[in-house]
Amino acid sequence: MEEIVLETKDLTVHYDGRPAIEGVNLKIPRRRITAIIGPSGCGKSTLLRCFNRMNDLIPSARVSGQVFFEGVDLYGPDVDVVEVRRRIGMVFQKPNPFPKSIYENVAFGPRIQGIRDRRKLDEIVERCLRAAALWDEVKDKLHQNALTLSGGQQQRLCIARALATEPEVLLMDEPASALDPIATMKIEDLMRELARQYTIVIVTHNMQQAARVSDYTAFMLAGEDRVGRLIEFGPTQQIFTRPRDRRTEDYITGRFG
Amino acid sequence: MERRRRRELLGRIFEGIALAAILFGLLVLFLLLLDVARRGLGVLSWSFFTSYPSRFPEQAGIRSALLGTLWVMALTALFSVPLGVAAAIYLEEYAPRNRVTRLIELNINNLAGVPSIIYGLLGLELFVRGMRLERSILAGALTLSLLILPILITASREALRAVPMGLREAAFALGATRWQVIRHQVLPVAFPGILTGMILALSRAIGETAPLITIGALTFVAFDPKSPFDKFTVLPIQIFNWVSRPQAGFHARAAGAILVLLAVLLAMNSLAIYLRNRLQRRHQW
Repeated sequence: MEEIVLETKDLTVHYDGRPAIEGVNLKIPRRRITAIIGPSGCGKSTLLRCFNRMNDLIPSARVSGQVFFEGVDLYGPDVDVVEVRRRIGMVFQKPNPFPKSIYENVAFGPRIQGIRDRRKLDEIVERCLRAAALWDEVKDKLHQNALTLSGGQQQRLCIARALATEPEVLLMDEPASALDPIATMKIEDLMRELARQYTIVIVTHNMQQAARVSDYTAFMLAGEDRVGRLIEFGPTQQIFTRPRDRRTEDYITGRFG
Repeated sequence: MERRRRRELLGRIFEGIALAAILFGLLVLFLLLLDVARRGLGVLSWSFFTSYPSRFPEQAGIRSALLGTLWVMALTALFSVPLGVAAAIYLEEYAPRNRVTRLIELNINNLAGVPSIIYGLLGLELFVRGMRLERSILAGALTLSLLILPILITASREALRAVPMGLREAAFALGATRWQVIRHQVLPVAFPGILTGMILALSRAIGETAPLITIGALTFVAFDPKSPFDKFTVLPIQIFNWVSRPQAGFHARAAGAILVLLAVLLAMNSLAIYLRNRLQRRHQW
């Protein structure tokens, strides 16, 4: 039996009073890669953004139900959102480095937590860039603007930046969809490497990617009512070879979506 | 084939009309400048800058008016910029999207359209009489601050809104508080735009005459303003005063003062463009 890090109970999100996802019950196992797949508009990203309360930033979004992180309800009354986001990092679809130097991008997280010591910061920056398999490519130009990097390098920098706050979970929202195949492969290799130490939840509409990198797969689908629901969850192997639900089978065999 | 030729012709004609319109505007402006330069260049001399106004046109200078303008502009910037930028940050980054916020926004937009003399009347009642600041530089600067606040707020909001949402999300996702996001990520990127808005707003203030006359700025100042509580005059008032004199000598002085005012304006705008270009290169997203 796997150890559970994140668990949603009857999770529902409304935008402007209209439900976007409804009644999602999902358990995310520790130090595994869980992929959330499904066609556009099924609420994959909405679900992912519940895990670090990014939906708080959307004024019209209302979250009901519960999300437990290490047994604590993230939407409970005494939860510090800033602390949640530090412990649950996120990588976005479009690489979004800060328009600052490579060094400052990685150092931003530790800095805002009050780490001032230059040697400590240097050490964190190097460790995170190494962990994101970017160190060798940038070690001679740490103080160059991050926007001079290629798209794939920028995305790995964003991963390094997320690692710098020492999170336990990494949320990745289609992290390779804006990248070319080589850069995508590098990100996927990196994810496998990171899964030894971190719990990773990745949203992807690329089924091959889910099959390649993930240990577990959650399939989501929006019905006629355009409300996203979790259809099936299980080990990736089983979802892709012996799906229990007819709709999962239709989707993974490419009959729609 | 025939129809295509007609379409292309129509396009050309419209292009011609549009070009003529902009050339007309530029030409009028150019002639105006030429006329002012022709009449005013002759009076520009060192003594023109160092002399106080006088009843003899050949001895009259802009010393007190230029000093007054510098005093008023410096104080106006000091009051209006922090207020305007803070208001813009509140409205863009903090304010909930509700009726009260919309009401505030609507009023700011309306205030931007209020004639400047109305601000003069407000300044007269509020600062000159109410706060007993008399007809001082301080009262003038406060009045002009009110006048340009709506412009400043609107321009700063535009600059903040142009900062990509992805940048804010990236910072929030790292556990930054709202203030840290604004302070470290949003403001540096928005700064060039805010700066441009600031200079444009101050350019508006530097040419204002009506509100300052309304609050009772003097037209004849033969001393240097030394503190914010001194009485004062500014360049546009000095120009207005000289233009309304019958003697031709004063008209030339007015033209000279206009040239100085234009030079100050041009310098401010150039500085804004220079700073914006310099900063933007660093923060290209």
